[in-house]
Amino acid sequence: MLSKIVRTVANQLIVFILIFGLYVIAHGHLTPGGGFQGGAVVVSGVVMLLVAFSSKDFKKSLRERLLTIMESTGALIFAILGFGGLGTVFFYNFLVGSPIFGRIPPTGPGPGDFWTGGFIPLMNFAVGLKVIAGLSAVILAIALFARGEEMEE
Amino acid sequence: MEHIAHNFPFIASALLMGIAFYIILFKKNLIKLIMGIGMLSSGVNLFIVALGYRTGGNAPIYTDVPPGPMVLSVPQALTLTSIVINVAVLALMLTMVIHTYRHTGTLDSEKSRRLKG
Amino acid sequence: MRTVTGLILLLVLVAFLVSGMLLIHPFGNPSPTDMDDYIIENAQNQTGSNSVVASVVFDYRGFDTLGEATILFTAVTGVLLLLRTVKHKKENP
Repeated sequence: MLSKIVRTVANQLIVFILIFGLYVIAHGHLTPGGGFQGGAVVVSGVVMLLVAFSSKDFKKSLRERLLTIMESTGALIFAILGFGGLGTVFFYNFLVGSPIFGRIPPTGPGPGDFWTGGFIPLMNFAVGLKVIAGLSAVILAIALFARGEEMEE
Repeated sequence: MEHIAHNFPFIASALLMGIAFYIILFKKNLIKLIMGIGMLSSGVNLFIVALGYRTGGNAPIYTDVPPGPMVLSVPQALTLTSIVINVAVLALMLTMVIHTYRHTGTLDSEKSRRLKG
Repeated sequence: MRTVTGLILLLVLVAFLVSGMLLIHPFGNPSPTDMDDYIIENAQNQTGSNSVVASVVFDYRGFDTLGEATILFTAVTGVLLLLRTVKHKKENP
């Protein structure tokens, strides 16, 4: 547990880091970024909170069951989206042309439209969820093992 | 001699891999070994990205790109996969080092060589 | 004696790597680019996203990303399995 100034600054900064990480995950089909990179940004914010506060305060909120359910949901959504286009081939982009995410942008350079991209934004979301839950669980387990305890049920 | 100056980014990544091999072969502390393995993966990722560069090219993203040729896009996608795999292997290696320290009480790789009961 | 042999072998390895780097294509124009030219030209029509790298990672080579997600899942499971504290039960004499 560090001093009061560090704890107050960390409490204010975590909001901006979280919003920036979710922005990088959501705009993966328009700008550089995507699921893996945005997930790493959010996990670095979680590590900052773990350093500012002691790891005993996290044992009640980040239980093992919640994190493993989040990670398995991300992996399951990824696999189900792969099976969706099985009419043509495995991993076929079946959402191009349909009204959900299916507009086609004009050819050549230009400003991007958010509702394009087929199933790429949905896969970015699933991979981002998987990376956030997995790496947070690993960091918390290592920080708690160093004191002789383990994660709660 | 000008051939060396023209291919200099490849030679820089080869020197980075050479320094990483020196650390892996000659240092005895376990944490330094893990740092050497991380440096080796950085050298390989830099080499893969440098293979796909075109002179005067821009990033392969069509949002507000200035006109001109684009660099190759497939090496960048393969490097992303390689970085994630290296992170996973590094996490497992650090867990094994934690267990070794708790079991033998030392971080020296020369003192904890025999398997004890 | 062992250090000198090790240093000589390390210098041979680094010389082998550096001399191999002089035989590749010059830095700036890669020679066979047929696959990448096709992907850069047709990525906006076929996948509908503005970013060519994202469409290569998730659409043209989506199977590699599935394998990578499996590796991440296996590594997290392995780490959470190894870091458990075992409580020793007392045995009755």
